[in-house]
Amino acid sequence: MAVFVFIEHREGKLMDISFEALSAAQKLNDEVIAVLSGENVGDLAEKVVKYADKVIVVDDPKIDTNNEAYTRVLDELIKKEMPKVVIMGHTSMGMDIAPAVAIDLGLPIATDVVKISKDGNIKVTRSIHNGKVLADYYLKDAETYIITIRTGEFSAEELSEKNGKIERVDSPLKEEITNKKFVGFVQPEVGGVDITQADILVSVGRGIKDKENIPLVEELAKIMGGVLSCSRPIVDYGWLPKERQVGTSGKTVKPKLYLALGISGAFQHVAGMKGANMIVAVNKDPKAPIFSVAQYGIVDDVLKVIPALTQKIKEIKG
Amino acid sequence: MDIIVSVRKVPDTAEADVMVEKSGKDIEKSRLTFTINEWDNYAVEEAIQLKEKYGGTVTVITVGPKDVEDILRRSLAMGADKAIRVDMEDPEDAYTLANILSAVIKNQKFDLVLFGAQSGDFNRGVTGVLVARMLGITHAAMVNGIEVLDGSIKASRELEGGLNEVYDIKLPALFTIQTGINEPRYVSISGIRKARKKPLEVLTPSDLGIGSIEPMVRLDKMYLPPPGKLAEFIGGSTEEAAAKLASILKGKGVL
Ligand SMILES: Cc1cc2nc3c(=O)[nH]c(=O)nc-3n(C[C@H](O)[C@H](O)[C@H](O)COP(=O)(O)OP(=O)(O)OC[C@H]3O[C@@H](n4cnc5c(N)ncnc54)[C@H](O)[C@@H]3O)c2cc1C
Ligand SMILES: Nc1ncnc2c1ncn2[C@@H]1O[C@H](COP(=O)(O)O)[C@@H](O)[C@H]1O
Repeated sequence: MAVFVFIEHREGKLMDISFEALSAAQKLNDEVIAVLSGENVGDLAEKVVKYADKVIVVDDPKIDTNNEAYTRVLDELIKKEMPKVVIMGHTSMGMDIAPAVAIDLGLPIATDVVKISKDGNIKVTRSIHNGKVLADYYLKDAETYIITIRTGEFSAEELSEKNGKIERVDSPLKEEITNKKFVGFVQPEVGGVDITQADILVSVGRGIKDKENIPLVEELAKIMGGVLSCSRPIVDYGWLPKERQVGTSGKTVKPKLYLALGISGAFQHVAGMKGANMIVAVNKDPKAPIFSVAQYGIVDDVLKVIPALTQKIKEIKG
Repeated sequence: MDIIVSVRKVPDTAEADVMVEKSGKDIEKSRLTFTINEWDNYAVEEAIQLKEKYGGTVTVITVGPKDVEDILRRSLAMGADKAIRVDMEDPEDAYTLANILSAVIKNQKFDLVLFGAQSGDFNRGVTGVLVARMLGITHAAMVNGIEVLDGSIKASRELEGGLNEVYDIKLPALFTIQTGINEPRYVSISGIRKARKKPLEVLTPSDLGIGSIEPMVRLDKMYLPPPGKLAEFIGGSTEEAAAKLASILKGKGVL
């Protein structure tokens, strides 16, 4: 029985999630078949085949950067090879493609999965309710299961080398996609502040409650010689610019100190800051997931802790 | 432009002490507060802004028991014209849910259907695209920008790391909406009261011609994550904790 791994790449580069998906597939102890489709993807095959028994390469200019084209190609390959499981990332691309494949082929799908086990049937574990609960699910008996995996849960470091074979196949895509046309990428704006360069980040989340409290945090950051950063909702609300956002859809940072104030520690946030040398979290909820990545924690109201800490640091610095 | 928005009511768990029921099938909900799913709130706002700009109607739909109706009333107060509730327990299986929602949507007149990119409680991020495929219409997931053209929409999709990609998408279409696409308006209690006169239709699965659907995904059990490595907690009063933290930071040479 084979496990398909959908390889994600963008602008000529393999995405990290592709290796995580290969790692998840290897754990199932079946034949690992990577599906590499797109335009001019041949070069990438060498890197992928290292960790797969086989790489199926579909090179077709009609596919590139069109998720509908990727979907239809994957549909055809699944019909032909009948893998037991198809694994891809629960990424923006995975969310656009995987459910479509599931309906096209009438297959069960489980998304944002953190663990896959074989317990007679395929069993998946998902992390729900803000990371506070785990849930196991069984999928209905089927020829093939579609599974998307959460970023950062399957370690690419655990990959073993397979050095299989590369197989080029003709593109099953007959016509251009006309209902959904790729127009272009829009690069993130380059602003004045680069939070990835800061040694100290004072980072604020929804726990700050109100835009009016931002200056309090700004003052603390200034006293500490640090830079202000934030979780996503703060940017969504328009309280701070996008360039300050830490996480999967923002920036990845590795400061000496990351001070998380009123941030719950959603995985999308943690993925962007877990590489910090030292993490300190302040949160009124002792069960907030942020405390499992922090070295030091204070369970208290940030609106009380921020001024107190500002005061103490002022005293220390004199 | 006629727009349908599918909305879900979710428990607020960010700050709550969440416990699993003895059955292992659900969390204990009696002490939790509930709101409209954050992503859906952005989707409703987007629909209303499009209506304000281009005319047409906004219909909000949900699947759930009577006590989820308040999120429909709230959406009507924001400016939606009509609401539909399918009267049944929220199915735990997204495939079942998608079947019901597409049965409702199929009978409506629409150019555009909006879903949230994911629900905050189960974060499946799957239902919208399932429905699009069942309806046989074009979709885009994780949309964070909409520009209306003639017969199509230029939709910006959020990728990772702040990058976006733009697609030109023919109508009718279904988008799943990412947070931050707009600034959802404030809803006042009096606004909700005024919206009471707007139509709210209640349907049953049998009205939709839906019998029993075999779930594709079945919950086995819910449980609390095993206790992992935890931070060293700094105790004492706020003043004491702040002083201790300041001296730890100084001791470690970060200040
Ligand atoms: C595709 C996708 C991409 C995403 N990308 C990112 C990303 O790049 N970065 C990111 O951050 N998020 C991202 N998110 C969102 C993420 O899932 C979370 O919703 C977000 O990180 C939560 O932000 P938060 O911790 O500030 O808010 P919440 O989760 O609401 O947490 C607020 C915390 O503050 C605490 N609190 C409240 N009041 C106080 C108080 N007075 N004192 C102390 N503590 C208090 C609460 O206990 C809670 O833990 C993404 C989501 C999706 C679906
Ligand atoms: N019970 C429901 N009724 C109507 N729409 C729903 C319901 N549950 C989920 N949705 C929609 O599906 C989206 C994605 O949910 P999910 O796939 O569960 O993450 C939500 O943002 C809603 O738009």
